Amino acid sequence: MFPAVVNVSQIAQPFLDENFGWIVNVLFYLFFIVFIFYGQRIQMYVMLKEVEGSLLRLKYIKEEGRKIAIETIKEIGKPQDDPSQRVDRFLEYFALPPESMDPAGIVWKLEHILDVRDNRFKDEVRLMAPAANETQINNLENTLEAALALNYIYKVVRHFYILGKKTLSLYIIMQLQMILPLVMREAEAYASALKAFAYGQPIGDGIGALVAAKLMYGHEKRKIAKDCVVATVPLEGRTAYVVKAEGPGGNVGKPGEAMKTIIEENGGNIATIIVVDAALKLEGEKPGEVAEGIGVAIGGPGVEKFKVEESLLKYRIPINAVIIKEDVGDAVSPMRKEIFEAANEAIKRIKRVIQEKTKEGDSLIIAGIGNTIGIGQ
Amino acid sequence: MADKSSETTGTTETTARRISSFVLVVIFVTLALSLVALYFSMEIYPRNEAAAGYFLLIGFIGLALSSYMLLQMRKRVLKWRLKLPPIMTIIECQKCGFKNVREFKRGDYVFKQMGACEKCNEPVMITGIYREIKEQKKKEEKF
Ligand SMILES: [Zn+2]
Repeated sequence: MFPAVVNVSQIAQPFLDENFGWIVNVLFYLFFIVFIFYGQRIQMYVMLKEVEGSLLRLKYIKEEGRKIAIETIKEIGKPQDDPSQRVDRFLEYFALPPESMDPAGIVWKLEHILDVRDNRFKDEVRLMAPAANETQINNLENTLEAALALNYIYKVVRHFYILGKKTLSLYIIMQLQMILPLVMREAEAYASALKAFAYGQPIGDGIGALVAAKLMYGHEKRKIAKDCVVATVPLEGRTAYVVKAEGPGGNVGKPGEAMKTIIEENGGNIATIIVVDAALKLEGEKPGEVAEGIGVAIGGPGVEKFKVEESLLKYRIPINAVIIKEDVGDAVSPMRKEIFEAANEAIKRIKRVIQEKTKEGDSLIIAGIGNTIGIGQ
Repeated sequence: MADKSSETTGTTETTARRISSFVLVVIFVTLALSLVALYFSMEIYPRNEAAAGYFLLIGFIGLALSSYMLLQMRKRVLKWRLKLPPIMTIIECQKCGFKNVREFKRGDYVFKQMGACEKCNEPVMITGIYREIKEQKKKEEKF
C-alpha cells in the first residue's frame, strides 16, 4: 500500500527497546503533573470554546433575523431606497427606565416612556415602509423588535465572552457558560417569533386574545383605550364586556386601561373580572393545559396590571384568572395545535366560573390578554 | 414562501460546512494515525508484547475519539438547519360546515372573511391557524 508499511519493523525499532517502558512511565507522570498545574486553565479553554460555538450561532441567528426583517420591509413597504441603514440604526435603539429612588408615581412615568418608545418605533417603521397599511406596520414593528432583542442578546454574550478572554477569569467565563443554555433557548424563541411576525402568523402568546375573539365574534365592537376593542356579549344570562387588543396586526394594546374605563363607565358595578392569558409552564406540564386561579394575569412591564389592581381595590371587585400553559418557545412561535385547541376548554372554564361566581343579570368583564397578531375579531 | 425557505437552508449549510472543514481534516488525520497505530501493534506483537499493548491502546483511543467527534459534528450540522414546521390555515363554511385545510399564506388571519363556499356559495371564514408538531415516538416518560 504505502512504503511505510513495508519498513514497519525499522520504524518500530526504538519501541522494541527495553527502555520503552520507562519512557512511557515518565510520560504518564508528566501527564499528571500537567493536569495538576494546568487543569483549571485547560477547563477554562474548553469552556471558552463552548461559548464561542454558541456565540457563532447567536451571530448567525441575529444576522438571519436582520435579513428577514429587511426583506419583509422591502416586500411589503415598497421603500424608495434601501432600508438596510435605517434598520441597522433601529436595531441600536434603547429606552431608559425612569429613576426609582423615589418610587411614588413611577408607574405613570414608565407608561409615558413606553408610549414614547412605541410611537417612535411606529413612526420609524412608517418611514421605512411607506406602502404598508396599519396592520402591516404593527407586524413590521414587532418583527423589528424581535430583531432588536436578538441583536442585544448577541452583543451582551459577546461582551462577556471577550471580557472573559481578556481577563482569563474563570468566574466570568463560568457564569456565562452556565446560563448559556437558557440564553440560547430565548434566542431561538425570538428567532421563531421574528418569522411569525414577518408573516403575520398567530403566536402562542395570543391564546388569550383568541379566546376573547371567539367570545366576541358576531357582536358589535367599539374601540376603547389605545389599540383595544370591547364587545358587549350576552353570556349565560349575564352581560359580559369582552376586551381584547385590536387585531389582526401585532398588538398587545392597553387592556388595563380598557378594563379601568369599563369599570368607571359602570360606576364600579361589575360582579367579577375574568382575565385570560398564556402563562409559562413548568417543565413536565403539558402545553395547552388550562388552569384557574385569582389575580390579574397580565404580563409585561406591569403598568397595565397596576391600573387594574387600582380599580379593583377602589370598588372591591373580585378577580379570577384562567391561564393556558405553554413554554417560552411556544409563547412566541406560531401557535401550536394543542394550544389552539385549548381555547375551547378555556371558554368552558370561563362559563363555569361565571355560573358559580355571578348571578343572572350581573355585569362582568372578560379580558383576553396577549399579542393578537394574526387574530381578528 | 417555498423558495424562500430553501434559500435559508442553503446559506445555513454553507456556513456549517465552512466551520467544519478544518475540524474534518483533523478528525481524518486522527483516524488515519490510529489505524496506523493498530497496524503497528499487530506488527510488533511477536517481538515486544508491552509496546504492542500501548499501540493497541493508542489506536483504540484515537479511533473512539475521531468517531465520537464525527458523530458530534453531524449532530451539530443537523442542529444548524432551522426547522420550519408547516403552518396550517383552516377555512370553514359557517352554513354547511365544509372544511378546507391549506398551508398558511401571508395576509391570513383568524376570523378573516374569505370567498364563497364551494358547496353552498355562502361566504367562508378562517377559523384557525396553527402549527402541527409531529412528535417522534418518545419513550414512555416516567414523570
Ligand atoms: Zn358551505
